[in-house]
Amino acid sequence: MPTDVASPKIRVDNIRKGFQNDKVHLQVIEGLDFEVREGEFVAIVGPSGCGKTTLMNIIAGFLSPDSGGVHVNGVVRNGPNRKGIMITQQGSVFPWLTVRQNLLFGLPDDRPNREALAEEYAALVGLKGFEDNYPHELSGGMLKRAEIARALVVKPEILYMDEPFSALDALMSLRMQNELLRILSIERHTVMLITHDVEEAIHLADRILVLSPRPARIQASFDVPFAHPRRVSSPEAQALRVAILKELGVTDSV
Amino acid sequence: MKGLKASWPSIVVMAVLIAVWWAAVTLTQSAIFPTPWAVVTGTLELARDGTLWEHIGASLMRVGAGFGLAVLLAIPLGLWMGWVHGAFVTLNPLFQILRPISPIAWIPIAILWFGVGNASPIYLIFIASVFPMIVQTTAGVHTIEKRYLRAAENFGVPRSKLFMQVVFPATLPQIIVGMRIGLGVAWLVVVAAEMIALRSGLGYMIIDSRNAGNRYDLVIAGMIIIGLIGLALDGIMRLLESMKVVRWRYAH
Repeated sequence: MPTDVASPKIRVDNIRKGFQNDKVHLQVIEGLDFEVREGEFVAIVGPSGCGKTTLMNIIAGFLSPDSGGVHVNGVVRNGPNRKGIMITQQGSVFPWLTVRQNLLFGLPDDRPNREALAEEYAALVGLKGFEDNYPHELSGGMLKRAEIARALVVKPEILYMDEPFSALDALMSLRMQNELLRILSIERHTVMLITHDVEEAIHLADRILVLSPRPARIQASFDVPFAHPRRVSSPEAQALRVAILKELGVTDSV
Repeated sequence: MKGLKASWPSIVVMAVLIAVWWAAVTLTQSAIFPTPWAVVTGTLELARDGTLWEHIGASLMRVGAGFGLAVLLAIPLGLWMGWVHGAFVTLNPLFQILRPISPIAWIPIAILWFGVGNASPIYLIFIASVFPMIVQTTAGVHTIEKRYLRAAENFGVPRSKLFMQVVFPATLPQIIVGMRIGLGVAWLVVVAAEMIALRSGLGYMIIDSRNAGNRYDLVIAGMIIIGLIGLALDGIMRLLESMKVVRWRYAH
């Protein structure tokens, strides 16, 4: 645990990333810098195909940048680890393990009270009573809860969420957003969220970064100063939404 | 009850087939080709003096041994080839060449190496069933979805856990498919292999019934029994598919 509160949790330092595809070089990220503070919830929005997922994979350690670097707790990020857990749109709850076995998966076998811990987190996300069910016996929303519980049970410092609720229907997405806020009010984690849904970002985040079209740069940054629980329909929130959409090149008549 | 309702057309087809067979034998007054009833009485006769059970037991024992050895080799080897790219590129071409060779073509070599005892048919069954199981297992590892491997990487679990809780269970549905194919082929081959040399087994029973006095009732009885046992073996393999740990793969 870093004692220096002022040092950023995550520092993204001038990273560049391109892909070579059939002799065509595609520059995806071009000189990107930002910092995320301890306990902060940062959302990243941007046009589709702008490299949001690539950026997230670099920050989480699944990809290396061509140049520049990512520092977590002041240490150069070098591959993924259990201190930062990724949650994606598709989800990755193991279908061949029960909910309980999924929660136990990330806990070392010699960890004391691991069974109790798994049960505690199943209860935290509202899956009490479903511990022995297999994922294919659960609804989409419950599957997301299981995935969140599996991430939280290993006590990560950071959650990387890449369009986590996009595969759910609108109502379930909203419910899961509220669930996430409820859980984060109990356990404060640093969160990075990628979304194409501006309202979701306003609903959840402390700060919203808008990415430019490819190659991605930070085009704008907005603080979201509203206290929770938030009403996205409030005039202030709507004004922020219009401002963000304008950065994304959408000028609607709301 | 529902199953019975769904299967009545096939029962009708079989009944019609038996009726046509019966009528044809009666009308032509064939001296050699048996009626369905003669097949039934012939089967009962063999069942009563115990030889039928000996033949069935002998065939099943050979299949059990050859298929069992093939499983023991194919699953670890297939997992290894699926996981380690170097193992795959080294061994896969060899197996792709060996695989299309009919097990029947191995018979002379099997006799040369193992003689005419039990070892020959066991070897042939092994050869027949090992390749489909290796191929399926390897393909199973190759088709594990990246998101699951990535999640495992994210949690930083030790290799043994990665293997036991991700790679193996993710591949298990394909392994079971391979085992179904392998056991089916094994059963085909045991009968063929027993026709060559041995003194027991359903294949031997068929050839011996013809050679020793044109007992075509027993030839046909043997064929039907082979079919029914093959069906039962496949049914056992299907039970594996209904295990909860693999249901995710077959559910949709």
